[in-house]
Amino acid sequence: MNFFTLESSIILGLILFAIGAYGVISRRNLLVVMMSLEIMFNAVNLILMAFTYFNFYEKGDQLGHYLVLLIITVAAAEAAVGLAILVTIFRNKKKIDTDDLSEMKG
Amino acid sequence: MADLIFIIPLAPLIGFIINGLIGKKLGENIVGFIGCFSIFISFIISILALWKVASTGEAINFSAGLGSWISSGGVEVSIGFKIDQLSAVMINIVSGIGFLIHVYSIGYMKGDEGVYKFFAYLNLFCFAMLILVMGDNILLLFLGWEGVGLCSYLLIGFWYKREDYADAGKKAFIVNRVGDFGFLLGIFLIIIYMGTLDFAGMQGWIDKHPSEVKNLVGSGVITIITLLLFVGATGKSAQIPLYTWLPDAMAGPTPVSALIHAATMVTAGVYMIGRLHFLFSLSDTTMFIILIVGAATALYSGTIGITQKDIKKVLAYSTVSQLGYMFMAMAVGAFSVGIFHLMTHAFFKALLFLSAGSVIIATHHEQDMDKMGGLSKRLPITYRAMFIGCLALSGVVPFISGFLSKDLILEKVFFGSLPAGKLFWIVGVMAAIFTAFYSFRLMGMTFWGKTKMSHEDYHHVKEPHKAMTGVLIVLAVLSLFGGLIGIPEILGGANNFHHFLTGKNKVFTEMVGETHHGALPYILMIISTSLGILFAFMAARLYSKDSSLPDKFSEKGVGKLLYTLSYNKYYVDEIYDIIFVRTIVNGSRILWKYIDVYIIDGAVNGIAYLFKRVGNLGRNLQTGNVNSYALSFIIGTIGVISFLIYYLIKSS
Repeated sequence: MNFFTLESSIILGLILFAIGAYGVISRRNLLVVMMSLEIMFNAVNLILMAFTYFNFYEKGDQLGHYLVLLIITVAAAEAAVGLAILVTIFRNKKKIDTDDLSEMKG
Repeated sequence: MADLIFIIPLAPLIGFIINGLIGKKLGENIVGFIGCFSIFISFIISILALWKVASTGEAINFSAGLGSWISSGGVEVSIGFKIDQLSAVMINIVSGIGFLIHVYSIGYMKGDEGVYKFFAYLNLFCFAMLILVMGDNILLLFLGWEGVGLCSYLLIGFWYKREDYADAGKKAFIVNRVGDFGFLLGIFLIIIYMGTLDFAGMQGWIDKHPSEVKNLVGSGVITIITLLLFVGATGKSAQIPLYTWLPDAMAGPTPVSALIHAATMVTAGVYMIGRLHFLFSLSDTTMFIILIVGAATALYSGTIGITQKDIKKVLAYSTVSQLGYMFMAMAVGAFSVGIFHLMTHAFFKALLFLSAGSVIIATHHEQDMDKMGGLSKRLPITYRAMFIGCLALSGVVPFISGFLSKDLILEKVFFGSLPAGKLFWIVGVMAAIFTAFYSFRLMGMTFWGKTKMSHEDYHHVKEPHKAMTGVLIVLAVLSLFGGLIGIPEILGGANNFHHFLTGKNKVFTEMVGETHHGALPYILMIISTSLGILFAFMAARLYSKDSSLPDKFSEKGVGKLLYTLSYNKYYVDEIYDIIFVRTIVNGSRILWKYIDVYIIDGAVNGIAYLFKRVGNLGRNLQTGNVNSYALSFIIGTIGVISFLIYYLIKSS
């Protein structure tokens, strides 16, 4: 049985996305939250890749790949900024729990 | 000449600015000099203007460079001055009498800390009045009209540290505002129906559109316009029902009373009717109402005058009464006679007030006539001046100014075209009797008989400053001989004044012609004069010879009732207080306590409260927790996407 089909790739992506989303919502540690975010990113990338591969690759259209590369680049930059913020927060507050970071409470 | 007349109002304005801005530093003498000199310039140019108008018979127009003032739709208002015969007479009265009063004020206000303010206000007053009588359109007239209202407020409440004086100022202003409201409505109606505010333009419009005028007269519009304008006149010229401010205006320094009563302010209403006579003479109803109001005021205030104890109050009520005469003359269409009386009245009323001021200064600010008496020996010049003034006012001696003008009025009323002229003649004669009575009562109580002052005080009384007595002498001469320019034909004169105003340029078109009725005018004259003389003598005897008769009369029965009514001015002030003042105060209180606090404030606070509650609800959403934000974000995204999918499925 060939698992390498469009459907199974999408299901894998959805599962990864759900795991990531669950992590973002439920975890208190900001580092873990960011990691979950990365998982969500890559889930989306995976689905995008699957669509490109199964629907367009044979026609010679590789636009999807470029798009995924672009997203990975931007995500890397975003992760660098996010981690920098995280480090700064930790230096100032000595903690990175989201429960303690509630200055925005109305 | 024409380009000089703008100096007439400008000079006092400059005086006002100088004294108002830097007067405090200049010292009393220089301030007085500036005040007098500026109005003196106006007076000189006024005389030149009068001479020019009299010699050429043409009006002097001035509008160069001032151009258009208001231009709105079809209405065009320019700033322009026009001096015709009527204005020429008025500017000479205003600046001439005004100048004398300024000079008098130097003596009267000596040592007052606010002298500079006083002269500044006086100058402003004259400026406003000159604008009023010189303007060639009704809006400029209204500007001056409001100006004198403002100045009267400033000057009546000049000694503002005493609260009742300040209140009197406010009263004058507010009562005048009531009248001004009517006046303003009248102006609006004129704009609507005639589309012009120029006196000449209005007259031209009436001449050119006879059929439309006929319609307006027929539908009563003219009556309404003129009545509204007359409401303004009743305020400014102190007629029933808006006269109450004038007696209270006595709170101001005496020169102010003289200025308000003689030269400026109260004559504005009479002047306005004279100026718009072409409009007023279109409506018989208005004219008749003016006649009734004038006659009622003349008689009514005369009856109050006979019991007042304050020397200035007597004169105040006499002014109200004399203004009633002027309005009677205006109402029967004898406009030149009304203006003639205005002029002679300006002479002798200024004289009377300034004499009274001299008495008040000499007795150290005593105004109660019950505490005077026998002053003729101590104040010879003032006494003679006052005596001449009273003769002129009461009109009992032939050929003195007041006699001539008052008698002309009575004669015109008797032969006038309005109904019941003879009845109004009787009212006029009764008012004249009262006038004679209170004039000589004033003389008796103040100057004749035994003094009621203490021996020491009495010997301290002495003639005041030379500036004051000098002015009294000039005014006494004017009061004696000023009327001679208007001796009517039936007394052998040429009636120059009448011909001056009705002659060449036709300022006035009189509604009463010359009266040639044989012996009747003489008989009327003899009746009114002899009655006047009789009552003058009676008053003089009663009040100089320490008689107890007046006291006995006022002690019981009908006499007491009449005396109390008259002394308390028929309680009109109190009635107005209850009807108007209290109603407004209580109404305002209701508006404040309920409408304002509960509805207006309630609405404002309620809206704020509403937002606060909604905000409180909303702040629960702002947990500050990243996870919950992320959760709501995801739920929202899922919601949007589900909707889109649902929509896609449905539409495909």
